[in-house]
Amino acid sequence: MPENNPDSRAIAEVRVGPDLFHVLCWVASAAAVATLGWIVYEIVSGAWPAIQKFGFGFLTSSSWVPNRENFGVFPFIVGTAVSSLIAILLAFPLGLAIAIFLSENFLPLPVRQFVRFVIEMLAAIPSVVYGLWGIFVVIPIIKAFGDWAVVHLKGIPLFEGPAYGNSMLTASVVLALMILPTLTAISRNALTAVPKTLREGAYALGATRWEAILGVILPTAAPGVVAATILALGRAMGETMAVAMLIGNSSRLSWSLLSPGGTLAGLLANQFGEADGLQVNSLMFAALILVVITLFVNVAGELVLRYTQNQTAGIR
Amino acid sequence: MKPASYLLLGAALLGLSSTTQAQQLSGAGASFPAPLYQRWGVEYNKVNPGVQVNYQSVGSGAGVKNFTAGIVDFGASDAAMSDAEIAKVANGVVMIPATAGEVVYAYNLPGVKSLNLPREAMAGIYLGTITKWNDPVIAKANEGVTLPDLPIQVASRSDGSGTTYIFTQHLSAISKEFADKIGTDKSVTFPVGVGGKGNDGVTALIKQSPGAIGYVEYGYAKLNGLAMANLENKAGKFIAPGGESGAATLANVVMPENLRVWPVDPEGAGDYPIASFTWLLLYKKYDDAAKLKALKDFVTYGLTTGQGFADELGYIPLPAPVVDKAKAALATIE
Repeated sequence: MPENNPDSRAIAEVRVGPDLFHVLCWVASAAAVATLGWIVYEIVSGAWPAIQKFGFGFLTSSSWVPNRENFGVFPFIVGTAVSSLIAILLAFPLGLAIAIFLSENFLPLPVRQFVRFVIEMLAAIPSVVYGLWGIFVVIPIIKAFGDWAVVHLKGIPLFEGPAYGNSMLTASVVLALMILPTLTAISRNALTAVPKTLREGAYALGATRWEAILGVILPTAAPGVVAATILALGRAMGETMAVAMLIGNSSRLSWSLLSPGGTLAGLLANQFGEADGLQVNSLMFAALILVVITLFVNVAGELVLRYTQNQTAGIR
Repeated sequence: MKPASYLLLGAALLGLSSTTQAQQLSGAGASFPAPLYQRWGVEYNKVNPGVQVNYQSVGSGAGVKNFTAGIVDFGASDAAMSDAEIAKVANGVVMIPATAGEVVYAYNLPGVKSLNLPREAMAGIYLGTITKWNDPVIAKANEGVTLPDLPIQVASRSDGSGTTYIFTQHLSAISKEFADKIGTDKSVTFPVGVGGKGNDGVTALIKQSPGAIGYVEYGYAKLNGLAMANLENKAGKFIAPGGESGAATLANVVMPENLRVWPVDPEGAGDYPIASFTWLLLYKKYDDAAKLKALKDFVTYGLTTGQGFADELGYIPLPAPVVDKAKAALATIE
């Protein structure tokens, strides 16, 4: 009842002239858009000599030889895609399972909140610390697994030897852990946002808990889970420091996950400091490709999100 | 606030303003000599509190860029500056060799305490033509040592670095195949092995995999207790890295006018084969007389007293004739 409240009238009287808050918001959002435009402009202008020289061949050539001015990023595009896809494959089932667990009442609330807190804390660990942890903990494990796999899984190209500690698999495993909090937190929010009435309706119809989760709650929360996955994929693709420390930074293509590889972000982190001339232009070109790929992923995610939202709109 | 605290605040502000009056020298460049330059800065500040030196270890390439753009008072580079780069600096450039270092082959072979690497193996390992530790080329140079039947896990630097530059320069000089297939640069693409980021990245690679070999700076290998191979030099002798063999290499170098020289393939019998100077980059002309004096004093300190810290940090002190030439070059700066 604002009419009875003298304070609200006072506020209304102050609001004359231009709406400062409105202007402020407008400027802030325009600045964000302008900054993105500026960044893209800088990258494109920096990359221009390399774009002119290599053109589309830059994307398909596999040789990155700075001292011969011969640049191509195909192995790094493959490395970026493969490492983040494996990370999603590992993190998705785990993250979704944790999200379901945290949104159901399997355990008392304090325990669930503790688990949730710990998982969200994973997001607060700096990338370089993940990298160090990867060097000292994950690499020896993957190396041991690799040596075993080379012997016992002989014939599978994915596990062809020799097994390296710094490899695609190591980087992917650490990436999976790094994107787990994103996946879990957003999926959990989506699951807890499912209306209580839907859950009660499912039980009323005689569904068991698992039938309710799999048949009603998960499908309803699907847009949120998809959004979580896409955000996590975006994070995995752009992740730099930990990957540069763990993947082995090689530009050789290999089917084996136990071989070293490279990613676009890792390439930039490794070589930008000491690069000059055409190498800088080529690194800018690589940066542009990375921006385009992540943009594409986000747009695709947005489209999937809208589609699934429309599909589930009726039951909300 | 009580009057006493105002007094304290005033005193603190005074203290603050007096420190801002100290002459600041900013430098940026090579990471390889950074621990030494930073030590010089700290020690020199004790002797002469009026000068504060801030050296940023951003890498040789970035150092040259910052120096050319004029945003630092001095630069530093492991690859000096090329004539084309020097031409871009309006105030002119004086290159002062400030210290020197060695690049070593560090390896991880349990049970093998001493390892001789012939030239053919030094290049062959990085070319991917020698892939096993018991390869006859290596075995022949290591009689009496049982070399394991292990694959060689080759480690290299994934980031651009002066260390890679010095290393590939030597291998290109001793192997035509290496020069043709890989060549010399701060970042190159090796056909084998794994890339680690920085000296610490390569060190971790070596420490963690039995059968690994990689190139790192001598000081770094020494600090981390890595086993280092004896390398065959031009005279056919196997030389262990260290202050003495490095100093022998440098003593035989003939300094040209611009002080830019690499002992690419040193000839003396006791010379360690992969060693290099690293340079401070100064302008020929400075507008600020006070800054120039501070800078000259600091560099002179580094060339004299500062050389005393070189050995403990894993660098090679400059030979006396080089110090004299460097001082003479320093004197030409206005």
